[in-house]
Amino acid sequence: MTDILTDVMPATGPVVLEAIHLRKHYAVKRGAFKPAATVKALDGVSFQLEAGKTLAVVGESGCGKSTLARSVTMIEPPSSGQLLYDGRDVVGRTASEMKELRRTVQMVFQNPYGSLNPRKTVGSILSEPLVINTPMGKQERRERAVAMMAKVGLRPDQVDRYPHMFSGGQRQRIAIARALMLNPRVVVADEPVSALDVSIQAQVLNLMMDLQEELNLAYLFISHDLSVVRHIADAVMVMYLGRPVEHGPKDVVYSRPRHPYTRILMAATPRVNPALRAERVIPKGELPSPLNPPPGCPFHKRCPHATERCAAEVPALRPVDERLVACHFAEEMA
Amino acid sequence: MPAMPLLDIKNLSVEFTTRAGTFRAVDGIDLTVDEGEVVGIVGESGSGKSVTSLAVMGLLGSNGTVIADRMQFGGKDLLAMSPSQRRKITGKDVAMVFQEPMTSLNPCFTVGFQIMETLKVHEGLSGKALRNRAIELLEQVGIPAPESRLSAFPHQLSGGMNQRVMIAIAIACNPRLLVADEPTTALDVTIQKQILDLLVRLQKERGMALILITHDMGVVAETAQRVVVMYAGQVAETRPVDALFKAPRHPYTGALLDALPERALGKRRLPTIPGVVPGIGDRPQGCLFNPRCRFATDRCRIERPALFDVDAGKARCFYPLSDNLSPDAPVGAGEVL
Repeated sequence: MTDILTDVMPATGPVVLEAIHLRKHYAVKRGAFKPAATVKALDGVSFQLEAGKTLAVVGESGCGKSTLARSVTMIEPPSSGQLLYDGRDVVGRTASEMKELRRTVQMVFQNPYGSLNPRKTVGSILSEPLVINTPMGKQERRERAVAMMAKVGLRPDQVDRYPHMFSGGQRQRIAIARALMLNPRVVVADEPVSALDVSIQAQVLNLMMDLQEELNLAYLFISHDLSVVRHIADAVMVMYLGRPVEHGPKDVVYSRPRHPYTRILMAATPRVNPALRAERVIPKGELPSPLNPPPGCPFHKRCPHATERCAAEVPALRPVDERLVACHFAEEMA
Repeated sequence: MPAMPLLDIKNLSVEFTTRAGTFRAVDGIDLTVDEGEVVGIVGESGSGKSVTSLAVMGLLGSNGTVIADRMQFGGKDLLAMSPSQRRKITGKDVAMVFQEPMTSLNPCFTVGFQIMETLKVHEGLSGKALRNRAIELLEQVGIPAPESRLSAFPHQLSGGMNQRVMIAIAIACNPRLLVADEPTTALDVTIQKQILDLLVRLQKERGMALILITHDMGVVAETAQRVVVMYAGQVAETRPVDALFKAPRHPYTGALLDALPERALGKRRLPTIPGVVPGIGDRPQGCLFNPRCRFATDRCRIERPALFDVDAGKARCFYPLSDNLSPDAPVGAGEVL
């Protein structure tokens, strides 16, 4: 990166993945006689992901978290913007270069009941990435699969079992093992623990943190659960209607949230400890339709602090108090 | 406080007949709910919390058998009732809100039709009065422009709006008890907050009793007055909300709370509970929690503990935790199994 962008949180360590102004727009047909509309699922997202660190993406449904995951994993190309792995742009690569590049980023999905093929054994689920991407022989692939099972805390003698014979937490371990088979540098985890019970959730979070330390993995951790994010993340990006509204180091964002939406999300998270409960702010309204976003600040209709300026002028993401925030009145939020 | 609880259940068991044999999903639980009380039932998947609520509602499928010493609602014996008598209570005096608003509402009928259906059956309303009551209900649950929403189909509304419609249907006949089974699990946090506040507001305004079933400890802590913690079909601990979250007595409750990221600030690793909830065929001997309990002794592995009195409530443990989370001296004698 040569030119200095004011809307990117500067990294402090080696950057594995860099996204610059990622946009993903979808054309949606609204019927035979109406012109197609555009959904701006991702509207200018920039971030840097460091090796061995976790960037958490937080937001409600429809905020663009999953579209971001699909862009970063190269499942779908972005409409515009750049995606750089180790400084190399993914756009304009040849097919074989893309294949090589795809190995560096893997994904763990939300629902371990839906993301594993029920007709394959754990062994064949884990060795499938090796069949496609490496010249390894059958025996070697199996050895790798068994070694990986041990690493994620599964008994190696269960290698010939089918997914339905495992509990939800064990299945998520299988999904994590599959993502790690090709030694990726970036793992995109889309709500990896939200389908799990509390006690199992803790096991999987611990596993993910151990693996991160051991393998120096970078996580793009997508979640709606702010207490999970607070535990696992190094940096947090809060998104609303396809744009980041607040992005910064975890401790900064959690101790002094500057965007009204971040504050509302934190206040709405149910807390066990009464001392941690914020004053009862009941958030107004619902997420507006992404087909027809409000003018000005996308959040102004639900914002308790909104003024006329918010209805007219889109706030730019700008640095305030050690983080980036997109709010006209960020300085006054304390 | 009334002398008799509104809902009084003693030794309730629910058995399912499957091809693999009989499975006891709920195993001898006692549950009482007073008029106007908010009781939270928490537990992990497979703990029997939803089956308990379905048994209370009389909504179990034909392969489910309900066995209980006593099951009374408002002084009436639910077990002795004929199905038609039971239907007069279900939906009127006891109503339920389900987890998935999108699948619980019928996609083929308008929202208005589904609200009015309840009012027709239970209240005998018709014509203008029926329509006005439906509009009034939608207004009460905070749906904007209620007149125009009567003709909307569920797919035209958001998840949060559909859950409001579900609540409107449930409160249509002024129930004395509302059972909400994971009412906010499918919703975003800001919408979850709105729905929980709505439930609590309605509960207070109407003096309605509320059973809130959830796996989210935070939701229970913020909403309920008394908490029932379930584990593998049994009650593990039942105590007032503040006491339970301040100093849990059952090791399972303690371990569940410890596993919450919220309680582990500053710690890198979360304390976990080893193993999983026992399933159909692998209920252990002795205390059901003993294979996962870090305080388990030989006695726990042989004898099954009863629900013992602990401060302000009950816990199913020989060695209940003291305030600093280590087991106390043993209490009582259990039934030897």
